[in-house]
Amino acid sequence: MTVLAAERLSCRLGQRLILDDVSFSVRPGDNIALLGANGAGKSTLLRILLGLLRPAAGQVTLAGQPLQQLSRRAIARQLAYVPQSHVPSFPFSVTHIVAQGRLPTTGLGHVADGADAESVERALVELGIEHLRHRPYTELSGGERQRVLIARAMVQRARLIILDEPVTGLDYGHQLRLLALLERLAAQGLSIVSSTHRPEHALACANRVLVLHEGRLLADGPPHAVITCDLLLRLYDVHVRQVEADGHRFFVPC
Amino acid sequence: MPSLTPRSIAPLSILLLMFAMLAALLLGRFAIPISELFRFLAAACGFGQMPVGRYQLVHSLIFEARLPRVIAAVLVGAGLSVSGAAYQAVFRNPLVSPGLLGVLSGCAFGAALGIIWQLSPLAVALLSCVTGLIAVATGVGIAHLFQTSSILLLVLGGIVANALFTSLLSITQYLADPVDQLPSIVYWLLGSLSAVDRHTLTLVAPWLAFAIVLMCLAGRAIDALSLSDDEAHSLGVPVQRIRYGVIVLATLICALTVSLAGMVGWIGLLVPHLARLLVGPGNGRLLPVSACLGGVFLLAADGVARSVSTGEIPLGIITELFGAIAFVLVLHRVRRGWL
Repeated sequence: MTVLAAERLSCRLGQRLILDDVSFSVRPGDNIALLGANGAGKSTLLRILLGLLRPAAGQVTLAGQPLQQLSRRAIARQLAYVPQSHVPSFPFSVTHIVAQGRLPTTGLGHVADGADAESVERALVELGIEHLRHRPYTELSGGERQRVLIARAMVQRARLIILDEPVTGLDYGHQLRLLALLERLAAQGLSIVSSTHRPEHALACANRVLVLHEGRLLADGPPHAVITCDLLLRLYDVHVRQVEADGHRFFVPC
Repeated sequence: MPSLTPRSIAPLSILLLMFAMLAALLLGRFAIPISELFRFLAAACGFGQMPVGRYQLVHSLIFEARLPRVIAAVLVGAGLSVSGAAYQAVFRNPLVSPGLLGVLSGCAFGAALGIIWQLSPLAVALLSCVTGLIAVATGVGIAHLFQTSSILLLVLGGIVANALFTSLLSITQYLADPVDQLPSIVYWLLGSLSAVDRHTLTLVAPWLAFAIVLMCLAGRAIDALSLSDDEAHSLGVPVQRIRYGVIVLATLICALTVSLAGMVGWIGLLVPHLARLLVGPGNGRLLPVSACLGGVFLLAADGVARSVSTGEIPLGIITELFGAIAFVLVLHRVRRGWL
């Protein structure tokens, strides 16, 4: 069964071809890392998957239905988005931010009830951030904010979470904890698609990697099969050396 | 003593507003003791006696002299506060005030035009309301020339509309008769509730009250505007429709308040911040509490305007003076989260 399918997607920005004939599918439990250099088309692809941008050609289907035939709320009930950064202008509490994940289910006219509170509390506990519930979101660290936004995505009860460079700006510890969290969510049956600039992260936690290069899908497969020194040279124009230790693969600059 | 919680502040702010309205009805150059008010109410309901002359005096003071002014003060204060809070949410900026998109300069131009055309007070009020709406439509139209929905372009459109209508106001003032019309325009621009007449109030108040209530009911939708557009879309929120709906409603509220009281500054910036300190940033509570506190603030300012000298000081001077001082006093707490 396919959660989401991208079929022959192309996108232009003026005369420039940003995406060219990109196809892939996302299955339940997939933890997909989207890898590519700056300008490779990662953000454009994510925006098309979220229904925020119309492709010039091709289509995205969500549980078999074309995205364009679904309302925004219907899309939001199946697809959650965790942006790279989000700093509201006012100090909303963590509970308030997480509760916004209920909007696709309840709509705007709904008055918060016990079911909302229970759903928010469950997500806070699951992510280990229940101690932050009354804190203003604006006063949290980058890692805490990412967890809050993932909690909001969980409250949304979507089957697929799309994350735009989730580890950017996080310290080493927060990066590892966040990657472990994504792995755990995928093990529970959620599908994850996250863009990243770090091949090591794809190797550490993803079960699939999509490689975009100059708008084309260069590779789609298990990270250990796809990510090689040659691939990194082609993507980032850097020479690296591969090191294997305890079954893990690392790359060090030559 | 139990501490105040955001949940308890909403009913308390309603009680405070009712108390302020009662005080404004009773206090003034001719004060009415509370015991006399009870005697008057009892007599009005047929439960007691009151000398006819005294009854008529109290009736006239409350219902003819003070009640229209109190209602206007509450609606203007509430309207400016609610529209200020809404504009701050729409533009995701705590320093935004209701005049951002040009409504106030548009209203000022319309009123000045009405004064030099020697229109009736009601016609001046309506003309100022219409030109305020035209000014905002101009700003939004300029932003749409670039076919994007960027907030920055909306702000730029507002800056252009403000400049355009301020220059039109200056031209109108330049052309006005310096002996008769120019002082009237200047006095109008300083804001006052002294010119509120029953006829204008009857026409404007129901619409203004309805718009304020509607805005307060839209609190949860306005909360969604704190999200980036992409996030809002990904949560199924029709962000453009909400944004423009709120802008239209807030602009209408502003224009109606100006048609009643002229230009009354600072309330739309100060009161939402005070309310946010008390109940937090969630608009579901913030908007009604802002409305109540705005009403209280303007009743107090109007009381000061009427009583500190033998003549009446223009209301806008009082609100700007006290608003600026109060804003500086609370700034160290208000800035939390945005400075």
